[in-house]
Amino acid sequence: MADTDTRISTLVGDNDVVLFMKGTPLFPQCGFSSRAVAILDHCGVQYESVDVLQDMEIRQGIKSYSDWPTIPQLYVKGEFVGGSDIMMEMFEAGELQQMMDEKQIAKIES
Amino acid sequence: MPMAGPDIEAAIRAALPDALIELQDLAGDDDHWAVTVTSAAFAGKSRVQQHKMVYGAIGEKMGGELHALQVTTRLPT
Repeated sequence: MADTDTRISTLVGDNDVVLFMKGTPLFPQCGFSSRAVAILDHCGVQYESVDVLQDMEIRQGIKSYSDWPTIPQLYVKGEFVGGSDIMMEMFEAGELQQMMDEKQIAKIES
Repeated sequence: MPMAGPDIEAAIRAALPDALIELQDLAGDDDHWAVTVTSAAFAGKSRVQQHKMVYGAIGEKMGGELHALQVTTRLPT
């Protein structure tokens, strides 16, 4: 399992924003993942997504890595932010956008 | 095998005895739940810590037997 942890820490270390999800941003395979994608799209930030359905090691490994039992999971600058419920609460309070600004996360150019 | 509503409520109640628990069956299939938990035990805790307390109460069933649980945590007002 150490290898999986290393892979996960590389993923969250190399990318400013990482969403571990079921499916892809274009084709989410779960309502919660779909909601997480929609929130990030509303924030307009660039992010990397990891489809845990394509990788059983990551799917199990991320749960122990974060000590969080569900997917999706959002990491920003290497820090675990939460699942889709927390993302939604933070987004509705304006906190998620504020955090992205404070951490100087790159926006998608429109 | 889904987790029944009363079992979810009992599990949360056991861990957070003061909790006000509002459970909603989102899809009417006993498998997709939304829960709002109001407890003084959340004071001074981050959102992640608060949600972990709820997940911890449900234990290993979370993500397995209990497929989908939308969690909202609140402090009593």
